[in-house]
Amino acid sequence: MAAKLRTRNHKVVFARSAGGDAGITIMLVLLGAFMFLPMVYVVMQSLKPLDELWMYPPRFFVSSPTLGNFASLFSLMNISWVPFSRYIFNTVFTSVMGTFGHLFIASLAAYTLAKIKFPGGKAMFKTIQTSLMFNSTVTGITSFIILSAFGWLDTYLAIIVPAWGSTLGLYLMKQFMDTNVPDTVLESSRLDGAGELRTYWIIAMPMVKPAWLTLIVYSFQGLWNAGASAYIHSEQLKSLNYAIGQITAGGIKRAGASAAAQVVMMLVPIMVFVFSQSNIVETMGSSGMKD
Amino acid sequence: MSNKTAEKKAVSRKDMTMMQWTWKEMKKNWLAYLMVAPYLIIFSLFTIVPVLLSAILSFTNFNMLEWPDIVWLDNYITLFFDDDIFLTACTNTFIFACIVGPASYLLSFLVAWFINELPPKIRAIVTLIFYAPSISGQVYLIWGTLFSADSYGWVNATLLELGLIDKEIAFFKDANYVMPLCIVVSLWTSLGTAFLSFIAGLQGVDRALYEAGAVDGVKNRWQELYYITLPSMRPQLMFGAVMAITGSFGFGGIVTALCGFPSVDYAAHTIVHHLEDYGGQRYEVGYSSAIAVILFAIMVGANALVKKILSKVGV
Repeated sequence: MAAKLRTRNHKVVFARSAGGDAGITIMLVLLGAFMFLPMVYVVMQSLKPLDELWMYPPRFFVSSPTLGNFASLFSLMNISWVPFSRYIFNTVFTSVMGTFGHLFIASLAAYTLAKIKFPGGKAMFKTIQTSLMFNSTVTGITSFIILSAFGWLDTYLAIIVPAWGSTLGLYLMKQFMDTNVPDTVLESSRLDGAGELRTYWIIAMPMVKPAWLTLIVYSFQGLWNAGASAYIHSEQLKSLNYAIGQITAGGIKRAGASAAAQVVMMLVPIMVFVFSQSNIVETMGSSGMKD
Repeated sequence: MSNKTAEKKAVSRKDMTMMQWTWKEMKKNWLAYLMVAPYLIIFSLFTIVPVLLSAILSFTNFNMLEWPDIVWLDNYITLFFDDDIFLTACTNTFIFACIVGPASYLLSFLVAWFINELPPKIRAIVTLIFYAPSISGQVYLIWGTLFSADSYGWVNATLLELGLIDKEIAFFKDANYVMPLCIVVSLWTSLGTAFLSFIAGLQGVDRALYEAGAVDGVKNRWQELYYITLPSMRPQLMFGAVMAITGSFGFGGIVTALCGFPSVDYAAHTIVHHLEDYGGQRYEVGYSSAIAVILFAIMVGANALVKKILSKVGV
C-alpha cells in the first residue's frame, strides 16, 4: 500500500523539514565564508595603500582603496631583465598551441573510441581511463628523459606536446559523445556516403560543443597556471606565472604588488569559468565512470 | 579416437577463424587506427612509456650521466630500511591523503547537494565561489599572508588582541602547525573537477524518481539521499573518488610554496617532495624512479580499494 500521496496544487510535496533547510543554510554560509573570505582578502590586500598594508592591528577591509599596487606591479614588469611582453607571449602561445592541438587530436580519438567498434578500442580506453588514477608527478622525471632524447628540452615543444596527450579532456569528450551523439544519426550519415572523417567533423563535432568548451577550458587553465617548468631553463622561454612569482618573491616590500599580481593571475581563469560554467556542468553530466 | 581429433580440429579451426575474423575487422577498420593514432602516440610517449621506464630504471643507479648499472632491489631496500626521511614522507602522505581525500570528497558532495535545490542563477554564483580557489593558480599564497609570522599577519594580530597568545606564532615554520595548516589550505583548493561532476550528477537525477519516492513514503531528505540520489549517481561518485585520490596523494606543491623546501623538521615532507628532491635536484634518477613506482602503486591501489567500497554504496 502506497503511503498517502501528499500533493499541493497538483504538485508532489517533497519531504523537506524547515529545520533541515535552516541547518543546510547555516552550513552553506559557514563553508562559503571559509571559501570566499580568503579570496576577498587577496582583493583587499591588492587595493590597500602602503600604510594600510603595514598597519597594526591589520584590518581585513581596505578603507581608502587605491590602484597603486597595480601601477607598481606594471612598473616592476618594465624593469625585468627579459621584456615582460615576452613572458606574456610565452604563456599565451603555449596555452593556445597546447589547447588546440589537444582539442583536435583528443576529440578525433574520443570520437573513434566512442563510436567505432574495432579490435582493441575498448582496451585503449580502459588504459586511458586508468591513467586518470595517477598524475604527472609520477611520470615527471622519466618524461624529462624522453623530452631530452627528442632534443625538445628548453623549447616550446616541451610544454606544448605533452599537453596534447592529457587524459581528462579525452575522457570527458568520449563520455559525452557516448551519451549525446546517437548512433542512428551517424549511421544515416554513413549510408549517405559520408566517410568516417566527414561524419566526425560535420555530424558529431557540432553535437558536442559543451564538451569542446570544457576541454578547452581545462587545458587552458592547466597551461595558464603552469609555473616554472623543469623542462625549460632559458629565461626568455619561461612562463608568465613564473615571472609573476619572481616579482612577488622580492620580499615584504612587494606585498602590495604581489597581491595585485595574484588578482591579475586569478582573474583570467575565473572569467573563463564564468562564461563557460553552464557548458562545463553539462559536460560533467556524463563524466561518470560506469565500471 | 577419431571423435577426439575431430574435436581438436574443430577447436583449432575456431581459433583460426577467430584470429582471421579479428584480422579482417582490423583491416576493415584501418581508418579507426589512423584516427586514434595521433592521440595514442602522444599519450603513450608521455604517460605509458614514462611509467614503464620508471619501473625499469628503479632497478638501476642511473644518474643521467653514466650508463646505468643494474642494482636490482637496492633502491627499494635503501628506501624502506635506510632512508628515515622517506618513511617520514610516507607517514605524512598517508596522514594527508586519509584526511584530505575523504574530507574533500565529502565536502564536494555535501556542498553540491546543499546547493542543488537553489534557483539556477544563485546556484551558478555559489558554484563559482566554491570552485574559484581550485582554478586560481597560486592564490593560496594568501594563506601565507593571513598566517604571516609577524603581528601584521591577520591571524597573529587577532590572537594577540584577544589575549590568547603573548607572542606571534611562526605558523609555517613551526612543526606543530605546518601539517594542519597545509591540510586546511589544500582542502580550500580541493573543490575542483569532482565538485562540478557532483553538481551535474545531482542535476541529472530523474525528477520522476523523487516524485515516486515521495509517493512511496520517503520521510525526509536523508532517506531520499540514501535510497534515490546516491544510487542514481554512482558513476559520478566513482569519477569523483578517482579525482580526489589522485589529488590527495599528489600533494606537495602547496607545502613547498607556503613552507619552503624542505619544510621545518620535514614536518610536511611528502613522497612527492622526496621524489622531486632526488629526481629534480640530485639527479639520482634510479632512486627517484623507485619512489615514483611506489607512489604509482599507492595511487592505483587506493583507487582499486575505493572502487570496491563504492560499489557497495546505497544498494
